[in-house]
Amino acid sequence: MKALVYIIAGTAFGIVMAKSEAISWFRIQEMFRFQDFHMYGIIGTAVVLGVISVALIKKYKLRDFSGNPIVFSPKDKTWPRYIIGGTFFGLGWALTGACPGPLFVNLGYGFFAISIAILGALLGTWLYGLLRDKLPH
Amino acid sequence: MEWILQPWPWHISGILIVLIMLFLIFLGRSFGFSSNLRTICSACGAGKTAKFFDFNWKSQTWNLLFLVGSIIGGFISFQFLSTGEAVQISEATIQDLQNIGIAAPEGLQPMEIYGTESAFTLRGFLVLLIGGLLIGFGARYAGGCTSGHAISGLSNLQLPSLVAVIGFFIGGLVMTHLLLPIIFS
Repeated sequence: MKALVYIIAGTAFGIVMAKSEAISWFRIQEMFRFQDFHMYGIIGTAVVLGVISVALIKKYKLRDFSGNPIVFSPKDKTWPRYIIGGTFFGLGWALTGACPGPLFVNLGYGFFAISIAILGALLGTWLYGLLRDKLPH
Repeated sequence: MEWILQPWPWHISGILIVLIMLFLIFLGRSFGFSSNLRTICSACGAGKTAKFFDFNWKSQTWNLLFLVGSIIGGFISFQFLSTGEAVQISEATIQDLQNIGIAAPEGLQPMEIYGTESAFTLRGFLVLLIGGLLIGFGARYAGGCTSGHAISGLSNLQLPSLVAVIGFFIGGLVMTHLLLPIIFS
């Protein structure tokens, strides 16, 4: 039963990403060329509403559905990993036109070729795990 | 009901993404998609090769279910919620892309990259494989992707997430303006 809740949330996510064309390579190109507001509108709306929501959750010390306190864990304050890792990620995002979520939404949409990129993403993740101790963080 | 078949405007999408993030938060979880890639590696036995993957991946089953849902969502969108019309991108983008050898949109994706035929060419295969490799490596190195950093992290005013998003743009701009013209010409 609990499982179904997560599947439904994921399904909603997939539909939203597909219907707002956020899974489209063309939209990502438009974003990285600063030629349309669409993607900035999506991310911007989400961030503004997200900041307000998180602030309210903290202010009123809201609890989750099970009654547990909601805690937001801060990210580690070490910088190289974010700028270097982020740059690698951006290269892949602009090349495939998809970030991790849309890779899978595109698969469901019937673009089976994207499974090659999914395989690549798993290999990349594995590679990071192997090299982790040697990389600057 | 006609509107549902049309592309959804950005503000609807932004609002719904936050609602999904909040729903996960109130379920005691967090919104971060790329963690699933680590979980899948771990489930496939990568824990034997690196201790990074040696964790109780079953505790992340909820996120794998979210991933399964996202595939179903893509399927539903294609089958029932789409008219199959071309993405209405700006004229300037169409021009720029034609200059590097990518045809104007006829659907949601360029067949030069997403088409099965191109995936069976050496260049097409490598574009997808290396693109994916960069996404997976970069997301884990940076500790998150668009959902974890750009949405969840920025919502919590995390400076590291802002640095990661700046990194996303450095990489994205280099790929778009310097590398794509070389790759596709």
